[in-house]
Amino acid sequence: MKKQIFILLVMAAIVVTSCGGGGQKAGKEKQVTLSAAGATFPQPFYNLAFKKYNEEGGPVINYGGIGSGGGIKSLRDRVVDFGATDAYLSDTELSEMPAEVVHIPTCIGAVVIAYNLPGVTGLKLTPELLEGIFLGKITKWNDEKIIGVNPGIALPDVNITVVYRSDGSGTTYIFSDYMSKVSKVWNETLGTGKSLNWPAGIGAKGNPGVSGTISQSEGTIGYIGFEYAFAQKIAMAQIMNSSGNFIEPALGTFTAAADTEIPADTRVMITNSSSPEAYPITSFTWIIMYKEQGYADRSKATAEATVNSVNWLTGGNAQAIATSVHYAPLPQKAAEQATLILKSITYEGKPILK
Amino acid sequence: MYGDRVTKALLFVSSLIILLLSAGIVLSLVGGAIPAFKEYGPGFITSTVWNPTSGSEEYGAMPFIAGTVITSILALIICIPMAFSTSLFIAEYYSGTRTAGILRSLVDLLAGIPSIVYGFWGFYALRPLLISTGLTDQGFGVFTASLVLAIMIVPYATSLSTEIISMVPPELKEAAYSLGATRREVIFSVVIPSARSGIVASFILALGRALGETMAVTMLIGNANLIPKGLFAPGNTMASVIANQFGEADGLKMSALIAIGLLLFVITALVNAAGKFIIRRFA
Repeated sequence: MKKQIFILLVMAAIVVTSCGGGGQKAGKEKQVTLSAAGATFPQPFYNLAFKKYNEEGGPVINYGGIGSGGGIKSLRDRVVDFGATDAYLSDTELSEMPAEVVHIPTCIGAVVIAYNLPGVTGLKLTPELLEGIFLGKITKWNDEKIIGVNPGIALPDVNITVVYRSDGSGTTYIFSDYMSKVSKVWNETLGTGKSLNWPAGIGAKGNPGVSGTISQSEGTIGYIGFEYAFAQKIAMAQIMNSSGNFIEPALGTFTAAADTEIPADTRVMITNSSSPEAYPITSFTWIIMYKEQGYADRSKATAEATVNSVNWLTGGNAQAIATSVHYAPLPQKAAEQATLILKSITYEGKPILK
Repeated sequence: MYGDRVTKALLFVSSLIILLLSAGIVLSLVGGAIPAFKEYGPGFITSTVWNPTSGSEEYGAMPFIAGTVITSILALIICIPMAFSTSLFIAEYYSGTRTAGILRSLVDLLAGIPSIVYGFWGFYALRPLLISTGLTDQGFGVFTASLVLAIMIVPYATSLSTEIISMVPPELKEAAYSLGATRREVIFSVVIPSARSGIVASFILALGRALGETMAVTMLIGNANLIPKGLFAPGNTMASVIANQFGEADGLKMSALIAIGLLLFVITALVNAAGKFIIRRFA
């Protein structure tokens, strides 16, 4: 008796699920599914934007946040339709790809210096202080050098604990790119990279790991994506930019950083921008894809869906979504360049976008 | 008769699959580790530098070997008094009572808690406690990781020790009692000596588990790729560095991570072999 009931239940479940599947097929005919993978830094934006695009009748896009390096590797192995990265591909990396790859900037993100000191807000930091703190030379919050820059703030006699990313990360790349530009010592010792040989502090995994550790432990300081600090309400430091102004991290000051010469292939780091209003630790984040979309038996429909989706991502509707999750939208000039690059993408030699 | 043959064939195939799988794992580990060993030679094992910055890339396994060995041994040292006394309590002093039964199920319950939950507990409950002692700034480090590891391996050591202690033949104990021995004397002169090799084996099994533990350790050890400078200093273990870094790894770095995996495999195998040797020697 029990067995029969069980069999009935299983059959009922099969019928229900198969009906559900059939219904979906009838709703959207011949739906294309795209797969993409890469950086976790812009993932909150991509997740939201791709969901919205699908609701508007676009393809289903499955985005895997596996890190910038993973995104590049996946594109090279041709297991995704497009990749995403926070660090543009170097000339060597481009030459290692099986075919020509283009970069399309999608938004501007910033790395903020977050800290946990109860009662202390509006902390100001200069590149020299950042160098001293992150290289483990300044070890106390009430160090004379920090007090010198922050005369009005009562800083406690507490040890500084640096928190960095234990996994390879585009966030680390952007921060170390900035530090290498402003600090000679940094450039010679740690250099620029997705993971570094940190002399002091503790490592935590992912942006959520670092922001969680900072919000849970007094006396900590670390670098995280702006939206993570914003979401967890962690205090962020004002950073002195190349013009000597202390700049609060905010969307407007990120966009200002892109007010500079952008090369045709958009491969540029906009950290330490010369614009006087710019927040200095700012970067584009890119989608990467093959210039010739007709490879490995891909259908024309897939190629079109790929280019159209990325084109939509750089357009006005998607850029408004970016702002809602605390990324700065692409400035006009960069958006125009993105469109130009997208127009150069072909399927069997013919341009896809008109 | 026919069914017998089918059963035999099925069993043979299943064991063959296990054998092939283990051989495959070893082969792919060795194959993946070759580039790292080719580049650095045996110095890979002793080098203390882990510098992933491209241009000045250099990889050495020593910080992680040190972290793994220190945390595991420390965990074992903390675990021994807890597990040993618990198993004596359950299997000897309060053997067969309701208290022992409850305690036993509680210990088994500890074994069923997922590693991530231990990490969580360590992060939110244990760490603030350690910070309040003033011994450490942030509570991350070798000692915190070892403490949580110790609690994680207690159930493994305890349940096996309990099993072994309760298997000591009652005739032996009764003989000792009849000679006028006290309960304490029976335990220390009869029960422990005859269960010794089994107890040692249970702790070695526990050590093997501590060596490979990843998630809880990663959350508490501080993930600094340096040889720990002290008990409360951050470090990293072999399993934890692999979990942290494989996502972005490529080329030489990937090979270095696989080589660390291979070394961990070898260390675990050595520990198991040592355990077997001890058992044989004292049994």
